[in-house]
Parts: sequence; C-alpha cells; structure tokens
Amino acid sequence: MNDQANPSSAERAAKLQGMGSSRKRVEDARFTQGKGNYVDDIKLPGMLFGDFARSSHAHARIVSINKEAALAVPGVIAILTAEDLKPLNLHYMPTLAGDVQAVLADEKVLFQNQEVAFVVAEDRYAAADAVELVEIEYEALPVVVDPFTAMDADAPVLREDIADKMEGAHGTRNHHNHIFYWQAGDKEGTDKAMAEAEVVVEELISYPRVHPSPLETCGCVASMDKVNGKLTIWGTFQAPHAVRTVASLITTIPEHNIRIISPDIGGGFGNKVGVYPGYICAAVASIVTGVPVKWVEDKIENLTSTAFARDYHMTGKIAATNEGKITGLACHVLADHGAFDACADPTQFPAGFFSICTGSYDIPVAHCGVDGVYTNKAPGGVAYRCSFRVTEAAYMLERMIDVLALKLGMDPAELRLKNFITKDQFPYTSALGWEYDSGDYHTAMEQAMKTVDYEKLRKEQAANRAAFTAGETRSLMGIGVAFFTEIVGAGPVKNCDILGLGMFDSCEIRIHPTGSAIARLGTISQGQGHATTFAQILATEIGLPAEDITVEEGDTDTAPYGLGTYGSRSTPVAGAATAMAGRKIRAKAQMIAAYLLEVHDDDVEWDVDRFQVKGNPEKFKTMKELAFAAYNQAIPGLEPGLEAVSYYDPPNMTYPYGAYICVVDVDVDTGVVDTRRFYALDDCGTRINPMIIEGQVHGGLTEALAIAMGQEIAYDEMGNVKGGSLMDYYIPTAVETPEWETDFTVTPSPHHPIGAKGVGESPNVGGVPAFSNAVNNAFAHFGLTHTQMPHDHWRVWKTAEKLGLTG
Amino acid sequence: MIPGSFDYHRPDSIEAAIGLLASLGDEARVVAGGHSLIPMMKLRMATPEHLVDLQDITSLRGITINGAEISIGAMTTQAELIASDQLAAVCPILGLAAAQIADPQVRNMGTIGGNIANGDPGNDMPALMQALDAVYILQGPEGRRDVAARDFYEAAYFTALEEGEILTAARFSAPPSGHGHAYEKQKRKIGDYATAAAAVVLTVENNSCQTAAIALTNVGDTPLYAEEASQILRGSNLDKKTITAAANAAKAITDPAEDGRGPANFRTHIAGIMVMRAIEKAIERAK
Repeated sequence: MNDQANPSSAERAAKLQGMGSSRKRVEDARFTQGKGNYVDDIKLPGMLFGDFARSSHAHARIVSINKEAALAVPGVIAILTAEDLKPLNLHYMPTLAGDVQAVLADEKVLFQNQEVAFVVAEDRYAAADAVELVEIEYEALPVVVDPFTAMDADAPVLREDIADKMEGAHGTRNHHNHIFYWQAGDKEGTDKAMAEAEVVVEELISYPRVHPSPLETCGCVASMDKVNGKLTIWGTFQAPHAVRTVASLITTIPEHNIRIISPDIGGGFGNKVGVYPGYICAAVASIVTGVPVKWVEDKIENLTSTAFARDYHMTGKIAATNEGKITGLACHVLADHGAFDACADPTQFPAGFFSICTGSYDIPVAHCGVDGVYTNKAPGGVAYRCSFRVTEAAYMLERMIDVLALKLGMDPAELRLKNFITKDQFPYTSALGWEYDSGDYHTAMEQAMKTVDYEKLRKEQAANRAAFTAGETRSLMGIGVAFFTEIVGAGPVKNCDILGLGMFDSCEIRIHPTGSAIARLGTISQGQGHATTFAQILATEIGLPAEDITVEEGDTDTAPYGLGTYGSRSTPVAGAATAMAGRKIRAKAQMIAAYLLEVHDDDVEWDVDRFQVKGNPEKFKTMKELAFAAYNQAIPGLEPGLEAVSYYDPPNMTYPYGAYICVVDVDVDTGVVDTRRFYALDDCGTRINPMIIEGQVHGGLTEALAIAMGQEIAYDEMGNVKGGSLMDYYIPTAVETPEWETDFTVTPSPHHPIGAKGVGESPNVGGVPAFSNAVNNAFAHFGLTHTQMPHDHWRVWKTAEKLGLTG
Repeated sequence: MIPGSFDYHRPDSIEAAIGLLASLGDEARVVAGGHSLIPMMKLRMATPEHLVDLQDITSLRGITINGAEISIGAMTTQAELIASDQLAAVCPILGLAAAQIADPQVRNMGTIGGNIANGDPGNDMPALMQALDAVYILQGPEGRRDVAARDFYEAAYFTALEEGEILTAARFSAPPSGHGHAYEKQKRKIGDYATAAAAVVLTVENNSCQTAAIALTNVGDTPLYAEEASQILRGSNLDKKTITAAANAAKAITDPAEDGRGPANFRTHIAGIMVMRAIEKAIERAK
C-alpha cells in the first residue's frame, strides 16, 4: 500500500484546516500591510463632507441659529438644522430601544456635544472652518447629571417631546424623566428569603459610564443615484441589514433601492450597533445634492456623543446561611440612559439580559428590577464587548459574592465552589427563568485554582499582610477570583427581536464546479476573524480546504439577511447557520455520490472530505469530484448546481463561562496597582480556532483592565464631559498590559450544531470583576467591602487613606 | 480635530527664521517637533496664521560636550537625547528622563527646545533644566540673551521669551562625576503627563550631601525649582527624617489643579512621594 497515495482520515482532515486548527487569520495579510479598506478610505468623485456644529451646553433652549458667517466660508454648500429636516419628518429618528432621538437638536439641546447643525462642504477643512462659525445662541436650563436625582419631584423636564406621553415603549413611566421599570423573578419569595436569612449582605455597586472607543470612529459615505433611485451607504455598521430596514422605514425608500455596505471595520465593541445622526444627515445631504456625502467623526465626538456603555447603579442583596449556602438574591438597578433611550437591546428586554444576574450559582429564589432614567448625558447603553447588560450583572454578582465571603469569613473561592450549579443539574433553569445549556463549573474552578496554586497564593498574601502590619512593606497583595456565566447568541426569534426584526442569522453557500466555494453571511466582522473561522466550520462540514473557501459579509445586496455581529452572536447563530447550510450541501452531495458510485444513498458514508461506500472505503468520491459532477453531469432526479442557504433560528441561547484569577500588588502610597498575574480559563464549548480564541481573550482582558483601572466618561455638575479625549480616557498600551495566561475546558453546547458557544466577550465580562475583586481584596482585611471603579491611582489611594493606611 | 488654515514657512537659518518672525508679526508661531502645538491647533486652542518650522536649521540640532560644559541644540529630539552615549556618560538623567516622555514615535519627533520653550507645566524637561541650573540661549531681532531656566517660566504658556525670539539652545555644566540623580514620574499610562514628577541631582561625600537640586513637574502652573527642599538636603546626612523634611518643603510650594489625574491634594501628596523616591534613588546612584 502506498501511504502517500492513500492519506489517512486524520491526514486529510489536517489538510482541510477545519475546526480545531489554529489557522492563521486570512484577514491579516491586508491589515498588516495597511491595505484594509475602511469607510474613510472610500473616495468617490465629487464627494462632499459633512461635519457637525455641536452643543456647548448640557441642557439649554436654542434661541437662534445664525448660519450666515458659516455659509460664507468658501466651499460650504449647505447647513442643515432641525428646521430643514422637519418638513421631511426626519428631525427625529427611532432608536433601537423604542424611543426617538433628535437627529439635529429640536428647539433645545439635551447633552453636551449634541448635534445641532450639519455643515456640508466641498472638503473637510472648509466644513471644519464653517462649524466654528455657526452661531448658536442658547438659554441655559437646569441640568440633571446625577441619575439619583433624575426622578426628584422638582427635577427639570428633560424630554419635552414626550412629556405627556406616560406610556413608554416598555410600560408606564411614573415620572417625566422615567423611561421604564422592568423586573424579573419572584419579589415576594425573595423578600421572604431575605427576612428569614441567617446572613444578609447589601451593597451599592456602581458600574460607571464607559465608552467602547473602537480604534476607528463611526462614519459613513452616503451616495444617492438620482438616475436609478438607489441609495448606497458605506458605513461602520455592526448590523448592515438592520440598518437597511431601518433606513427604509425612515426614508420610505423601498428596501430594494437601499444598499448598505460595511467595509472593513476597525473594531465595534457595541459602539457601531446603533443609528447615529451623522448617518441620517449624510443620507439626506446626498439625497438633496445628488452627490456622495461623507461623514466621519473624530475621537472626541466618538467618546462624547456616540453610544456609551454601562452607567448602571446596582444595589445587590444576598441572603445566605451561616455556612455560606446562598438562599436568595435581590437587585435593584438605577440605569442612566442619557438624553434618549438608545440602548441596543432585544425589544422585550429593556435591561438586556440583566436577569442572568444569578450567575453560576444555584440560587433558589431571586428578583431583579431596573428603573431607566433620562439625564443630560449622551445617549447609548450599548453592550461594550458583552452580551446585553451581562457584564453589569456579572460585576454586581461577583462583587457581592466577595462581600458575602468577607461577611462570613470564608474564602471567596470556597464560597463559590459551595454554591455552583452542579454538572448533573444541566440543563438548569435559573430562578429568573433562563435555561442554561451546559456547564461543569466545579471542574473549571478547580483547574484554575490548581494551576495558579491558589492555596500558596493565599499563604503568600497572609505573609504580606503580616509584613505590612509590621511596617516592612507599603505594598498590599490582592487576589481576585471571578467566575462568570454569560448568556449569548441572541437569539430565539420567539423572544428576541430588535425593532421587530427577529434575531436569526444566515449563511448562503455556493460550491464552484472545481471544488472551491464562497459563503456569504448576515454577520459582519470587525476584527473577529470571520473570514478565517467560518471557512473552518465549512471545511469540516463539507470537506473542502478552508483556504479554498471565500467568506464574504457586509453587503446587503449580496449577503443573506441577518442581524449582524454583537453580543457574541456570530458563532452561536451565524456559525450554526453556516454548519446547517454546509450540511445541506453535503446531503445533496451524498445523493450525487451514491449515483456515481452506483449504490443506494444509504450505502455511502461521509469521511472527512469524501463519501465512500460503506465497508469498501476504496470506492469513494471526493467533495471536489462531486462538485464538478453536480454542475456537469446529468443526474436523474437532481437539479444541477451545488448551493445551499440556511436561516438559523437558535432554539436557545448559549452559556459560555469561565474562571478567572488575578493577583495584584497595591502601592498604598501612590495608589498604583500592578497586575502581577492574570489567569483566565474559558469554556466556550467547541473551539473553532484556538489561536483566534486566545487573541479574543487577550483583547477582552485588556479592555477589562482598561475598564477596571481607568475608563470613565465623567461629567461635572454642569453636565460638561470631563476628559472626553484620549489624553484622559484610559486606553492601555502594551506597557500597561500584563502577560495573560489563558486556559480552557470544553463543554459543548448540546443544542448548537457544532457545540460552539462564542467567546469574544467572555474576557470582558469575567475580567472586570476579577480585577475589581483583586483591588478590593487587597484591603479586605481592613474591613473594606466595596470601593468603586475605576481603580485609578487617586481612588485607590483615597481608599487607603480612608482606611488610615497613608501618612 | 482639523486646524484652521495657516501658511507654512521653512527657513534654513536662524537669521532667516528671526527675520520671518519679525515680518509676520504676532500671528506667527515657531514649530519645532510640533507635538504640543499641532494638537493645540487641531483643537483650535491655537490658531496661528503662520507656522515657522525650524527643522531645516541644522545648527539647532545636536549635543555638544566640551569638558564639563554641555550645550543641547533646540531641535535635538528626545530620541537623540536617549541615544547619546556621550551625554549618558556625563549627565545620564536627561536620557533617562527623556525615555519617560510619551512613546517612541513622539520622541522621534519631539524636541528638547519645543519641550522647554512652550511653557506647558506638563512638560518634563523644564524641571530637569531647573535641577541642572541650565541657561537658555534666546536669539531675536535684538541679538542674543541668556536666561536661567529657574527664571524663565512665568505662568502656564507664559515665559521670558519675547515676541520674535527663538530659543536656540540649553546650556549647563555637567554635575560632578559620581553624582546621584533621578527623575521619578507617576503617570496613568504611556503618553500621559505626570500626576506629579520630581527631578533630583545631588552629590554625596562621606555620607554627607554636598550639593542638591530638586525641581517638580506638573504641580503648579510652571515647573517648580524647590530651593528650600534642596537646601534641607545640603550638608545633611540624608537620613529618613531629612528626606521627609525635604519632601514636605517641596510639597509646600506646589499648587496643582484638579484634573483627571486626581484632586489637588492627591497630586501634592504624590509630588512628595516622588521627591522622596527620587532622593532615595539618587542616593543609591551616587558614588
């Protein structure tokens, strides 16, 4: 036998570079050579540029807008204000959360840097000069900055446009600055558990307002072809099809005459899910002028006006026995949504999936309630590298578990192990109604503790604490443990939609006659490496090498309809669609193979890249051969061609999880926190590309470091944004970033075709509480239960000072 | 982040540059590496009508060491300060401090002249120049004059530089061989200005401090030469108590603003910590 002529199944599988292969990213060839094609790289003949004159006030009535001086700048074509958009009924646009948002400020401004006038000019320099010259006269109004005062009886009315509309998109509003109240769980039962508990802990856990701050800001090029009536918009869209549908609803241009293209996108992290005034203004300007109009915001505009994340003020309460068995969980959230409710959440979930807040623990009864309020801040509330409000929930819970451990005098890891949902409880229905698909938490936690030698770390910490007390060191060691369960892959159409659009996703595959293929999906990569990983799923499913499969996304004229990429949904939903479409290809190929091999369909079996006759593997037809036959051989009863499309409506969410352990050293004299060690174990089910998973975990942990240690979009009492530039907003560099240790266990999702759960957002969800718990833990022996993020130098030093450790 | 329109000039001699400034008047600004001025122009906090770029004036570039006398041309980049072995041999603090400024890309463009002439209290080099007791060479239509770094700074962005003058070099004597030195800077991340920073240069003989100079960065609207704190060290045995006293004296002259790095009292506290750590490190390095 000639081995070379008959490679084994394993050898053939390796050549495909399918699932499990650390295949190099195919995207990187162009990115590393500076040959990506981003929105701002798009240059069209005669293209104009738009730029915004923005509000200097957080809350003010617009007395007048004088465009004269600005219009006199050479090269300025037009200046749009709300008055110009009103006749088109475009001065307000729908948000993804069922609210409306002013495209250009209508009579008054509601946050600093709000869009007031849109200057259109021949180049961006003329536009910028004109922006300076738009004279806007304001009459200042009292501002609401603190969400805790938003619903005071005498709080100023922020949203005059809906002041008398007390029935909101998510139920009754009980104050003019109230947006919604949403709740889940058993209030009465939870109250009872609290009343009867041996131990109750309660703490206000605030997750400050942060911003996803992708490297590339938001922008678009809108181009109206007046000859054929077709509007094309290239933009930084995480959900191009949803944008097309919304654009059609807003403009009344039929959907077939709108083409949305997401070119290369330089990071999204939730910031590019929503619809922004710049998109509408650029489209209107192009429709009016008949030439393309580009709008690209700068970093300050991105940080101060496009979607923020978090700003959740969570009062958590846990009931437990003296032995540390949790008997109930309650949480009330005050959610600051800014001036317009522009959250990106599935319609039925105005607080996202916050009710995942029972986390990884078997908690018998729970209740959570969320009040959303308006303030004079930028709108948003997007899922910054996490599923909808999941990182807020995980942060609250994982901090509260540590607070409980402190109260009980128990080790935080031991308390977690004691309360985990056990392996044999899956599928597990949580007290707040979610059905967890699979998990083995004890194994993950024990593997994490063993790898870092947790016991030794705690001994070392005890020695450090003794040395600190003895005055031998000014550094305190902190150990942060976090165990999270995410809920991702939104989601089942029966309960997940955005603006009525069901949250399925899709894949369409065409096999070419010579045995290569193109796959198109409804998602869009912003750095996740879809062109690499989706080809791997297909390589395994249809037996063609990954390198012979092109993956294309982001053009609504060619890609099948899908809801886009955010909330870790691409692998759980579009990945499943890809596998299912691949299986349809294989089913047809099986019939062709049976015909060619002159046996019954049931007498051939699949083996890596071919169908072979059962019991006679020497008789086979490879997928490559079958592709050629599909197009070029008349096969009775079968149409020519080899194509498939799958729209996948997931039966359930997926529930990735992980165990993270972080060790920090806190300098009490300076407040500087050094991360000595960070270990992250992730279980994301089946692993498609281990190298890309590791890259995702590295990126997400770096964002977690940024959030925990420095990121904050803060406002002063006048509603001015403090530090709205990268001078202040904390983006760590390689110097600030510690070395990440990654690890994994594999517990496949039982309902997903390939068992994958998604991983992109796990490290942000688990990383933030791990860092925060480590900093809090450094001071725990002095009685500190909780100190607010971000743990920047000043706040950490202040904590030390309050505990009497400085001076 | 788009500047207003301006004209751009690139003279090839100091005389030509001075002539341009004289003819263009007060709407002209000199640009060296551009890493302070260009961002301010992009934010339209500065809107000069003319930029006079000094990069073609080769006589402004380079480090000259003549015995103990050191002269650094205004257009010498931070990267060149870091790369100079000659400078490291006689006055290592400059290269070590330059390495704490921003990141490599910025240091390849940013110059010592721009850093010391701009009057930004966040810049690092002014405090070093004060600690080294440097003299700045200013050239203008009236000729040349020398101003001590310790007398140069008046308020944030206000200096002794007169209209039409260009800072062409910084000159100072290298501290004695075996001197101790340190520049301790606390910052939030690479590229950030200091929460507080301290430069210390001292000499020690038989456990007694012979000379000492301390200066502070970004804890007032100018760099601060801490004379009283320096005085406390001189003649002392540099014990813990003396170091604490010097730090307290240094803290007393600070007047930082609250900003994203923290409130004023925190930044003053950090200034004290930086002074103590810089003194301790300088003592370690002193031979």
